[in-house]
Amino acid sequence: MSKNKSLSVLTNGILKENPVLVLILGTCPTLATTTKVTDALGMGLAALVVLLCSNVFISLLRKIIPETMRIPCYIVIIAGFVTIVKMLIQAFLPDLYSSLGVYLDLITVNCIILGRAEMFAGKNSVAASALDGIGMGTGFTLALFAMATVREVFGAASFAGISIPFMEAYKIEFLSKAPGGLLVYGLLIALVYAVTKGKAPHKVSFSCAGCDHRDTCKIETCSKKEAQA
Amino acid sequence: MEQMKILLIILFSAVFVDNYVLSRFLGICPFLGVSKKFDQASGMGIAVTVVMLIATAVTWPIQYFVLNALNMGYLQNIVFILVIATLVQILEMLLRKLSPALYKGLGVYLPLITTNCAVLGVTINNIIDGYSFAESMVSSLGCGLGFLLAMVLFSGLRSRINESNIPTPFRGLAVTLIAASFISLVFMGFSGIVENIFG
Repeated sequence: MSKNKSLSVLTNGILKENPVLVLILGTCPTLATTTKVTDALGMGLAALVVLLCSNVFISLLRKIIPETMRIPCYIVIIAGFVTIVKMLIQAFLPDLYSSLGVYLDLITVNCIILGRAEMFAGKNSVAASALDGIGMGTGFTLALFAMATVREVFGAASFAGISIPFMEAYKIEFLSKAPGGLLVYGLLIALVYAVTKGKAPHKVSFSCAGCDHRDTCKIETCSKKEAQA
Repeated sequence: MEQMKILLIILFSAVFVDNYVLSRFLGICPFLGVSKKFDQASGMGIAVTVVMLIATAVTWPIQYFVLNALNMGYLQNIVFILVIATLVQILEMLLRKLSPALYKGLGVYLPLITTNCAVLGVTINNIIDGYSFAESMVSSLGCGLGFLLAMVLFSGLRSRINESNIPTPFRGLAVTLIAASFISLVFMGFSGIVENIFG
């Protein structure tokens, strides 16, 4: 693998193929854990670690795992790493553990991780998969950080728990509630599209690319057609 | 009577106040993906409700009689996701064999449900909240119905969006999310309703 190619694998995840803002994967944690900057960073880093470990592991085992049984194998590997990360967070960062709650378990079904296993790690070398994991994980963390910054600064007039007195009079509480999450996410996607002028690969309008059943899927709106279009 | 009231409170809060899709953000992927048409939205909603009920009926005893008894609570995540994946697979095979008509209606949505975070979410949440078996079942029913309600409402809104003229950067997912934000805002109006009805 040339140096150039490994650099592009690493940087792809950050803007051009940002998992959250361009590929639209992992929407649940994006919306649920971005009310506070600290939660968002914790979630992003936890997912990064799981993604990196599972990518490396799946890539190592890619010649052993049989084609037809690959999804259950991937899920078990991912769930194993999620359990490890969860126990580590519970032991060393109890505050983060209680504020992330069930969403920490739900990293198991995060489409980014299964999606990268299916789209990348199952087909590429260990080194490339590790770089892809780091790139995608960083892209996920940055997107979560950006969203949480908007929501915390404008919604709660604070940043990472430190209050900003100057914003106090202008805060829009709605942004740190559930509907605000959906609104900010929608605006960010539109912004990324406007900045990249649609050059970013808008291959899918939702998470079909990461869906493990996209080859067998019979629902028209979620078919290979749309993924290829 | 008291027990009945608790169950009703759990049901109403799961459907309206703590709607899984609109306020807890679980199951957003199918909510955005399969809500373009009414029949698909309702089919997916019903399939999710059925799987949630069966998954809870299976995972609750596993947690209390196997994992807790053997002191292996830390395996919860791995065991639950495997159980859900297996269940969905068996359900699909059974439906295909026993009722081809029902399979045509619901079966196609089943494979998509394995990785639906709402199903894993509801089974784990029932354990975290310390619900009894009956309470867990009612809570799953409520979550499923809430998901169905959100899907059906949203499919109606989306058919309107498809016909309107939208600025280019907002086309596709961006405008869909903003529309979802308004539905979520409507559901915020339900907070407090449970205390007022049953309080």
